[in-house]
Parts: sequence; C-alpha cells; structure tokens
Amino acid sequence: MSEITRSKATGERAQKARRKPAPPADDIDLDAYTRVAEEHPYQEDPSRLPPQAKERILESGVTLDNLAQRSGTFLQIDHSVIHSKAQQGGLEVMSSLEALEKYPWLSDYWWQAVSADADKFTAEAERNQHHGYFIRSLPGTKAIQPVQACLYIAQHGLAQNVHNVIIAEEDSELHIITGCATAKIEREGLHIGISEFYVKKGAKVTFTMIHNWAPKMAVRPRSGIIIEEGGVFLSNYVCLKPVRTLQMYPTARCVGENALVRFNSVLVAAPGTTMDIGSRAILEAKGSRAEIVSRAITTGGNITARGHLVGQVADVKGHLECRGLILSEKGAIHAIPELEGLVEGVDLSHEAAVGKIAEEEIEYLMARGLSRDDAVAVIVRGFLSVDIEGLPPELSAQMQRAIEMSERELL
Amino acid sequence: MLEVEDLTIEVEGREIIHDVSFNIDIGETLALFGPNASGKTTLLMAIMGFPRYEVTRGRILFNGEDITHLPVDERSRMGIGILFQRPPVVRGVKMREMVRACLGSREDGAVIEQLAQQANMVELLDREVNYGFSGGEIKRSELLQLIAQSPEFVLLDEPDSGVDLVNISLVGEMINGLLQKDRMRNRTSSGLIITHTGHILDYVNADRACVLLNGGIWCRGNPQEILASIKSHGYEGCAVCQK
Repeated sequence: MSEITRSKATGERAQKARRKPAPPADDIDLDAYTRVAEEHPYQEDPSRLPPQAKERILESGVTLDNLAQRSGTFLQIDHSVIHSKAQQGGLEVMSSLEALEKYPWLSDYWWQAVSADADKFTAEAERNQHHGYFIRSLPGTKAIQPVQACLYIAQHGLAQNVHNVIIAEEDSELHIITGCATAKIEREGLHIGISEFYVKKGAKVTFTMIHNWAPKMAVRPRSGIIIEEGGVFLSNYVCLKPVRTLQMYPTARCVGENALVRFNSVLVAAPGTTMDIGSRAILEAKGSRAEIVSRAITTGGNITARGHLVGQVADVKGHLECRGLILSEKGAIHAIPELEGLVEGVDLSHEAAVGKIAEEEIEYLMARGLSRDDAVAVIVRGFLSVDIEGLPPELSAQMQRAIEMSERELL
Repeated sequence: MLEVEDLTIEVEGREIIHDVSFNIDIGETLALFGPNASGKTTLLMAIMGFPRYEVTRGRILFNGEDITHLPVDERSRMGIGILFQRPPVVRGVKMREMVRACLGSREDGAVIEQLAQQANMVELLDREVNYGFSGGEIKRSELLQLIAQSPEFVLLDEPDSGVDLVNISLVGEMINGLLQKDRMRNRTSSGLIITHTGHILDYVNADRACVLLNGGIWCRGNPQEILASIKSHGYEGCAVCQK
C-alpha cells in the first residue's frame, strides 16, 4: 500500500544507512530484537482492555475509560493499531500508514523533518515500519481537548518501529499527549519512534510525552519539528521511570518569522538507566525564539543532558537552562549546553548547574520546622515542577500527576 | 525563655564567641549591637542550632530545657524561629510552598493568601524562594515565613539591612506583630534582634540591649542609651568605656 507513495530514493538511502552507527553510544544490536509481532484485534471500545494494561497506559497519561475527555485517541499495541479515532470535527487521527495511503500528498512531508538515513534507527524505521500515528488539525481548527496517543509494547523482545506525523495546518491548535509504556516492567524491547511535526503559519502545537518504559527497554526516538511563521511548538517531555538506554535529540527548525519553540524535559535516572537526551532549536528566521529547559535527577543512573541553540539570522533569541541534581553517591549528570551564533544580532544565552542539594538550602527549610527528609522532598518537588507557559491545564495536571507518582518512589 | 550560659562557639575550628551569657525573659526583646565581624550572626546561628556553628563550652536553655545539642528542626518545632540576613535562594520552590511548609498542620490556602496580603507579598507567592528578590522583599519574605510559623521566640538577624524607608516601616510592623508589641502585658513572644545600625529600633521597641565586641559581651543596658553612645563614640567607644 504505502509502497505507492513512498519514495524509492528514500528507501535506497535507508537501505544504505541500515548499519549506520548512531552516535554518541551505538550500543544496540537491531538483530537482537524480533521484528515479528502477534496481531492484536482492533477495539472499538478500548476501555475493554485488561485493567492492568489500562493502568500502565494511564500512568503515561493516556486514559481509555473516558474518551470524551479527549479530542481523539490513537492506541497501538506492539505492531497493531488497537484504536484510532478523532472525536472532534477538523481533527484527523489515524495510523500513519493508513494516512499515507489515504493522502498521496503526505509523501511530501514524509522524512522531511527527520532524515531517513540519519542513522541505523531511522533507516530501520523506514525499512520496517510498524504504523505510528498521523494527527492533523485542519486550518483554523482549535482542539478543545487534548488528542492522546499511546504506543505500548506487550510482547517480550520486540522491536516496535513507529513513524508519527503531526500536522497543524494554518491557524489551528493541537494539544497532544503521548504516553509510551510496556505491559510489564520485566519486558525487554526496542522502541524506535520517528516523529515529524509540521507547525504551519499561525498554528500552535503543545506536545506532552510521558515515557513509562521498563528497566530493560532500549528507546530511540528521532524527532524533527518545522515551525512556520508565527507558529508555536511547546514540547514537554517527562521520563521518570527506569529505562535501560534512551537517546534522543529532537530538533526544531524555526523557519518562519516569529516562530516560537519551547522544550521542557524532566528526567529521572534510576540505577541501571542511561539517558542521553537533548533538545536543539535552529533559529532560521527573524524574530524566532527558543527556550530549552531541562531538569535532570539521578538516583544512580547516568544522564547526559544536552541542549543546542543555533542562531542563523539576526534578531533571534534563545535561552537554554539545564539543571541537574545528584541524589546518590552513584550516577552522574553530564550537562552539555551549546550555543552557536552564526551572525551578528543573535541573542543566545544559557545557564547550567549540576550538583547535589545545597546543605544550606536543606538547613534553611529545617529552620522552618521541616525534618531533613521533608526538606529534601520539598526541594526535589520544586526542582521537578517546571512552569510551562501555555500548557493547557489538563496536560499540566497530567504532567504533575506523573511527577507526583514518581516522587514517592524517588524519596 | 532563653538562657545562654558561658557559651563558646567555634566555626571551622576557629573560636568566634567566648563565654557569652545572657537571658531573655518571656515577652522580652533584647537588642544585640555590634560592629561587623563581632560574632553576632555566629551567636544567632548557634542558638538556632546550625551544625557549622559548634558549641564547645556552655549551654543554651529554652523554656528550661537544654537544647545545646538538638538539631535545628527540633528547635524550630519547639518554637524558635529565625530571620536570616542573607537567606539562600531555593530554586524551584515557590514562596507559596514555603509558607505552606511553615504553617505545617495549620496549612490552608486562604490563610496563605491572607498572610501574604499582610506582608504585601501576594505577587511574590508564585516566585521561587528568594530568587531575584530585592532587599525589602527578602525581609518581608522572611517575616511572612516566620508569621506562618508563629514561633514563641524569634532571632532576627539585621532585619533593617538593605531595606529602604518604605519597606522598613512594614518590616517593623511585622516584627511588632510577631513580638506581640500591641500587648502591654502578658506577652508570650520574645525576641533577639541583631542590629548594626540600630535603625530598626525606631520601629520596634527593645527592652534591653547589649554590645558584642570581639566575640564577647562588653556592655548591657538601656537600648536607646547604648545606641546614643554608639552613635556618638562608635563601637571603639564601647571598647574604651569598658577599660
């Protein structure tokens, strides 16, 4: 089906890149995971899924019991689309493969924000794609509720390679919450997630992604965002649960004047977790702005927190803030903020701080009557609560819930 | 309420306070004058119980109980509060959260707003604690926390430093509230105010005063008389006066 619209040249490039190393740490053998999954039937009513699965999915912010709370829902288990439906006119929610068949023009977007031959993971997603979602808001449509999408792995040892395309047409507004999870925490697996976002003129997309993986999972998201004139893209990424290895570096290009991008990440690395996570914004048009904020906590795992701002034209502004908190003797945080100004008139700044909680701060709170443990809890909670300007209250609450749930384990 | 007996305090192995004794009765306010580096803050921090300030001799009694070796949070819960001269910035933690923590079991959203209004701090409730605060805002924030905490005994470290004329009157008003200065009798709150300049005493009445010089108490007496003498002769005058 999708063979019709897919570019042959892209396929060839992906073929060549199928073993292309993925720096910085190429530690995943693609052949160690099975590419064949058991089929799961489509569910008109996804609330009929087993309670345990629903609970895991809910932990990543996706509710299946009350779909009316969402403007649309997409649920994929392993390689099967279980449910996909838009609840509001002007919105489209479906499998990206189905969309590719339905809309021949979609091939003009396919692999435009992310390169198919960027590394072996993008190549693998091109060569062996297992759906993923297509979400689109038509011109002028404002999503009333968030659209939710869940990518779930139930089968042990499986590779799930999804390709998502999100298009917010001119002057439309889209709020998306994506949850990724595994059925059980013992599950081993590989998730490759390609996400391409196209934010058209005057459109706004808020994208909240909660990762709820498992200690033996390998995860390689590859995201690209293209923002046109006056477009807004706000990304909130939360990963508080253990995962064996997770590496991503979503890149937003502000190609239109006055485009705005904000990336917020909240990360917690438990022992055995290695995260290499960054956000990059390339300011290519006058008046475009970017803000990258990351909060990283290690309780024994290793985090590399990257950030990269590139100012390509004058009259652009970007700020990068990266803060890391070390709550364990083991584990490390390596913050790598990068600023790249290529012309006069760019205004780029960063602040980065990594360390343990200052004793002075703990004692300050203790002087107000809090025990040491309570003082640490208040400071950690404050550290994790990133203020997200422009985030709808429902998404903000969802994020807060995810943070609160992990706090109990953290402390 | 507070008895300090022959107290000697070391900071990182260096003796800062030597054999200091004084007491503060229930309802009483003591002003402690002294030049920079005389050991005033060290004395306050040791009374509050910060581990960096080590009591090597003597003891501290609070309501008759020896608290010399109690941790800071226990002293706080017993009813001792402190206004820091330079409190740390606590990134991420909002003032609202901090006031809530100070209120403890008395926590109530409406109370927080009400207290913040009194402290002219409503607009700061959603700011991170002490982050980017002006001198006046720091003092008002400290006092708001103390009022929420409602201690029996307050240690006030230079409440007048870095505060402009508009703010100092509000700061004075808040301290008077904490120390129940509106009551002529049956006050239950007491305080120890450190002041280098004495400005705060234009707004808050102290019952007694002493002068701390080179880690020891040199002079005790009426606050206004001592302050007048310091204004005329400087702290050098205090040293000469005792000889």
